[in-house]
Amino acid sequence: MGESIAEGTITRWLKKVGEHVERDEPLFEISTDKVDAEIPAPAAGTLTEVRFKEGDTVAVGTVVAIIDGDGASAPAPQETKQEAPAAATVTEAKSASTLAPPPPAQSQSDGSGQQATAEAPPPAPQPTEPPPTPAPPTKPKEAQPTAAKPIAEQTVEELRRTRSSPLVRKIAREHGIDLAQIEGTGMSGRVTKNDILSFIESGGAAAQKAALQPTPAPVAPPPSVSEPTHAPAVQPAEGDRVEQMSVMRKKIAEHMILSKRTSAHVTTVYEIDMTRVARLREQHKRSFLERHGTKLTFMPFIFQAVISAIRRYPIFNAQVSGDQIIYKRDINLGMAVALDWGLIVPVIKRADELSIAGLAKVANDLAERARTKQLKPDEVQGGTFTITNPGVFGGLFGTPIINQPQVAILGVGVIEKRPKVMTNEEGDDYIAIRTMSYFALSFDHRIIDGADAERFLGHIKQVLEAGQFTI
Amino acid sequence: MATALKKEHKAERPARGGVVTFVEAIRQGIWEEMERDERVFVIGEDVGVYGGAFKVTDGLIDYFGPERVIDTPISEAAIVGAACGAALMGMRPVAEFQFIDFISCGFDMLTNFAAKCRYRWGAGIPAVFRGPCGAGVHAGPFHSQNVESFFMNTPGLKMVEPSNPYDAKGLIKAAIRDPDPVLFFEHKKLYRLPRLRQEIPEEDYIVEIGRARVAREGHDLSIITFGAQVLTALDAAEELEREGLDIEVIDLRTLLPLDKETILASVRKTNRALILHEAPRTGGIGGEIAGLIAEEAFEWLDAPVVRLGAIDTPVPYSPPLEEYHLPQVKDVVDAARRLAAY
Repeated sequence: MGESIAEGTITRWLKKVGEHVERDEPLFEISTDKVDAEIPAPAAGTLTEVRFKEGDTVAVGTVVAIIDGDGASAPAPQETKQEAPAAATVTEAKSASTLAPPPPAQSQSDGSGQQATAEAPPPAPQPTEPPPTPAPPTKPKEAQPTAAKPIAEQTVEELRRTRSSPLVRKIAREHGIDLAQIEGTGMSGRVTKNDILSFIESGGAAAQKAALQPTPAPVAPPPSVSEPTHAPAVQPAEGDRVEQMSVMRKKIAEHMILSKRTSAHVTTVYEIDMTRVARLREQHKRSFLERHGTKLTFMPFIFQAVISAIRRYPIFNAQVSGDQIIYKRDINLGMAVALDWGLIVPVIKRADELSIAGLAKVANDLAERARTKQLKPDEVQGGTFTITNPGVFGGLFGTPIINQPQVAILGVGVIEKRPKVMTNEEGDDYIAIRTMSYFALSFDHRIIDGADAERFLGHIKQVLEAGQFTI
Repeated sequence: MATALKKEHKAERPARGGVVTFVEAIRQGIWEEMERDERVFVIGEDVGVYGGAFKVTDGLIDYFGPERVIDTPISEAAIVGAACGAALMGMRPVAEFQFIDFISCGFDMLTNFAAKCRYRWGAGIPAVFRGPCGAGVHAGPFHSQNVESFFMNTPGLKMVEPSNPYDAKGLIKAAIRDPDPVLFFEHKKLYRLPRLRQEIPEEDYIVEIGRARVAREGHDLSIITFGAQVLTALDAAEELEREGLDIEVIDLRTLLPLDKETILASVRKTNRALILHEAPRTGGIGGEIAGLIAEEAFEWLDAPVVRLGAIDTPVPYSPPLEEYHLPQVKDVVDAARRLAAY
């Protein structure tokens, strides 16, 4: 699932050996390049063996635990052939219990063993999903199967892409690079020596190449280009506390550096009068909640203003590839969600097709599931423009870092009442109490000039201040 | 033998060094070694009066006399046996096969006796077994073969195949001075090839056995080859250079023992290896080199090791078929392109 996911770190076991577990009941938590997620049990039964402890990082496809099924009816899925007969990937195991009896060749096993495999990252449990047809072995729907498939089952083309060559694998290992994030120029899109070396050596150019990949949020950044000669190591003094970075923290760190090195960041700030939007929101707050079952925040309005501006200035929905500019067809808005343990940017796909209510529902749902680690990998990928909202904490404005491979990010400051000098129709100045907010737009000056950014943000200001929204 | 030296020289000796062809270089080498060491003698079919089928030994009999340039009956077994016996008795024979294809007639003595003599009895066989190898001259299936892989699996033998006059002279001299049996292959197409004419030093020199040569430096891909195929590789490299591919060509020069260091250093640098030889691909020396690279340079490989050899048929007599059979510049260019694009 997710071509670039090669491994995950088991962060927490939710069941102990000997405990009974229901099918789809959360079994353990895993932290991967893309998301942190709960892995549901592939089958019901007793957890008889846990092969890795918390903190262990395991490759995709690794059997991490064995569930002794409830009787011989427990099916043995047909995946991961090189593993024990009853090995199953988590995603497949969803349907496992509804599968036909085990194939004859597998009935010689203990018959009831059901192995959970670290198929990272899995979707949230979807117990209501109708069981897929039993044969042939089901594949994760949204998956790029290469990473998840055992090597023996991959085609030569897939192997060239995922395994490249001994040399490239060695270089990738030494530099902590995820090959899936590099655009390969070799056969079958293979990452060649030159690809990976230029990726490492030419920082910016490399990042552009990486930018082409469907890279999601900061938590799922393009490859780590950790240079061996990084910052000097710091020796902890006595009494200092040393903590190992989480996977997410490391990925955020790498992505931030990558972005800073890739894009020519410039930030421009507008103060926008949100009074009309605030009034609109106040008017509809209660009825909206009743009708749609979700809160009406300022964000859907801001999303629509941004969408309107992107339609007019599509360069803000573009990406850079070498000396080409790719204008993305879809407008997929990323929204940064702060978590206690980091940051994630779920993506509202094709946000331009959604109404205020649709945007509110999708955004609130994504934010909620981000906080409960139930995002699917697909939901943090493919963003084309990102909005971050430091204002919720009271910040006036900041200078956000662009979420690669995008070219701009909008930071919304605190929305609050301020005294504002206004001019009435007679031309008299007066001071009014208005609901104001600073909007800070960081853009990539490589392809966006200052004037474009002013026009873009000016358009957002115009839309929001006009307050003409259909709720 | 001592009497032979005292015989009057009837012929002029050739110049030392100068601009020479491949065949002249070998002749100079043998000549000089015969002058240098009275134990050195030449034996083979028509090597004397006729001067050898390819005239490698031309003039030797006039200069050194028939006791040091010995014509034999048509029996390679006899030639190998006589050479081995003489070597055991302290001589330094240089035995010629009229065509290297017929080395198989002496196979038993070469592999079971010459190769094992030092190991089994502590007595080296300081003999050189040389002859013209290779195809491309429309000589048909019995006069065109490359036999290195027949002997590759025989510890105790050394095998040498030069690709230019300088190396040919240096290697034949080194082979003659070597205390153990050396098989010396001379690609017949090179003997008088004008483009190979080369100025070689006047002074005595040898080319050390066991040392390959970087015939052309490059960074994108290594073509590992020897003999006449060095020219094919260099031509291909030149063509590929126009496409922006920077090809390294390794001329092995010695086939047994292989110069591992040079091969591995090149592959570790370019990360792509194309092995080119003229013998059929299956069971050819390319497999050994590919194995070596896989074992010792695996982590440096950015592409599969590719072997290019003749197709697995006898060498056809028909010129177009022979051309099809042998690896051509175009084949090398194609293979290198594919490998570079991997």
